Amino acid sequence: MTTNTLPALELAASDGHTGDMNRDTGLAASALAVRGLTVSYGTKPAVFSIDATVPKASMTAIVGPNGAGKSTFLKAVLGIIPRLSGAAYVDGKPLETMRRAIAYVPQRASVDWDFPTRVRDVVTMGQFRSLGLLGFIRPAHRKKTLECLERVGMADFADRQIGQLSGGQQQRVFLARALAQDAGLYLLDEPFAGVDAATEKAIIDVLKGLKAEGKTVVCVHHDLATVSDYFDHVLMLNIRKIAEGPVTTTFTGPMLQETYGGRLATTHIDQLKLD
Amino acid sequence: MGAEFVQLSLTPILIGILAAIACAIPGNFLLLRKQALIGDAISHVVLPGIVAAFLVTGTISTWPMMLGAAGAAVVAVVMIEAIRRLGRIETGAAMGVTFTTLFAAGVLLLEQTDTSSVHLDVEHALYGNLESLIWLSATGWTSLWDPAALADLPPELTRMAVTTLVIALLTVVFWRALKISTFDEGYANSIGIPVKTIGFALVIVSAVAAVAAFDAVGSIIVIAMFICPPATARLMTNRLEHQILWSIFFGAGSAVAGYVLAGYGPLWLGSSNAVSAAGMIATVSGLVLGVACLYAPARSRVTAAGH
Repeated sequence: MTTNTLPALELAASDGHTGDMNRDTGLAASALAVRGLTVSYGTKPAVFSIDATVPKASMTAIVGPNGAGKSTFLKAVLGIIPRLSGAAYVDGKPLETMRRAIAYVPQRASVDWDFPTRVRDVVTMGQFRSLGLLGFIRPAHRKKTLECLERVGMADFADRQIGQLSGGQQQRVFLARALAQDAGLYLLDEPFAGVDAATEKAIIDVLKGLKAEGKTVVCVHHDLATVSDYFDHVLMLNIRKIAEGPVTTTFTGPMLQETYGGRLATTHIDQLKLD
Repeated sequence: MGAEFVQLSLTPILIGILAAIACAIPGNFLLLRKQALIGDAISHVVLPGIVAAFLVTGTISTWPMMLGAAGAAVVAVVMIEAIRRLGRIETGAAMGVTFTTLFAAGVLLLEQTDTSSVHLDVEHALYGNLESLIWLSATGWTSLWDPAALADLPPELTRMAVTTLVIALLTVVFWRALKISTFDEGYANSIGIPVKTIGFALVIVSAVAAVAAFDAVGSIIVIAMFICPPATARLMTNRLEHQILWSIFFGAGSAVAGYVLAGYGPLWLGSSNAVSAAGMIATVSGLVLGVACLYAPARSRVTAAGH
């Protein structure tokens, strides 16, 4: 595998995107920059040689068909799964040195909600960086936890066991945990998957609030119908990057057809209210 | 409860309690990580490790045995991974195959070895020698303040006490990181917690608990204490902090109740011989779990969760 992909990567590097960091003008100006990212499961690449640049204070959707590597891309950017090659930069600095500035919201289904803990404990996990390994939870931390729960409309559930929540409520608790991190960059993996309409509204309001504060939001998103309403920037993936840019100019019928390999019905594309 | 109790029963009970707690604490995390079988696997592979250490050194002193057992635990972990990957067999089955094979190999190895001069046999491996860990120099409760008598405490007691203390301390120090990475490994990774190291350290700590407890109480108690007290505790509460405390309570309680029942139960039933304390302690912990399954307060949580 390694021998197969590496020459291709050098090719990608030679066309000016990766290579010399100093000449890469997109890096410092962007909230998140990914260069030459390749991930493989076994012998098949899950994500291949992706360059992406997320502008500061944008709301970026990552879209693509099932199996396009959207979640894999996000996890590999964060270093949760190993990259075969490539690097990620936050505010122009290597992501590994910028963890304090990043809040990640994993897929809700990735954890066991039967875990013996309360809603407030999960949100307190978001303050790990300021608490450290042994720091006592002080009134300020408790206040912060409740404020974050308040922002997602879950303050009344602070003392519930997390398994007693509905799917939408669990998703909101995950978002509250990310808010507790006070990050500048929020990376969310399918935050709207399987949630009720009230939760979807609550989440998008919070995310738009973050953007208004000058923070950057990136979501893996599967509902094409809401891309134009929710997001201003889009990254279209299908193992490789198909396109990236402002939603108004990038999220177009031809690009969608290319991303989805012609599997979208034209009537479906017509319904997406594309400009 | 006089001199005879201090001399014959106090140290075995204390060692039983400490062994139970040392295994129960990491057992909570293994259980929540759906790795409960790791405790089972480790306690089985300890046998071939100890036999190999005996063959090499010719003695059953502490350090060679510990190293042999630790080496066997590492071999087992590698074997489990290898079987899982090369054979494409699911983890539970890979563990099952590994620990039965290694334990059986240990039995064969033991049979071929002249261990008649030392206290090392399959029976010992299974249920230890808890009843023999008596405090000969004790003359009564006052011996607890007598340096000469204290110096003669069974070395297993000191070893188990230190092991349990270290495990408890590590759990407190790394509590937050352990909890977050057990609940949500991907998230823990994203905030910079070294989840792989923590997962590996948990297995190592479990192996240390198993090896230390194995010598004193045998593998039956080790296996039971890794799973039964944490599983019972999970049924009592929906908070991890409380679950750990409950598991310590159930582990220690099973040790005391099991020891007393093994020693005196047959007498009450009119029989003259005591039964194996290790067997009784493990049985009690299983029965407690059975009762908790029926009556514990947090047992209905799965239906309450609605998924």
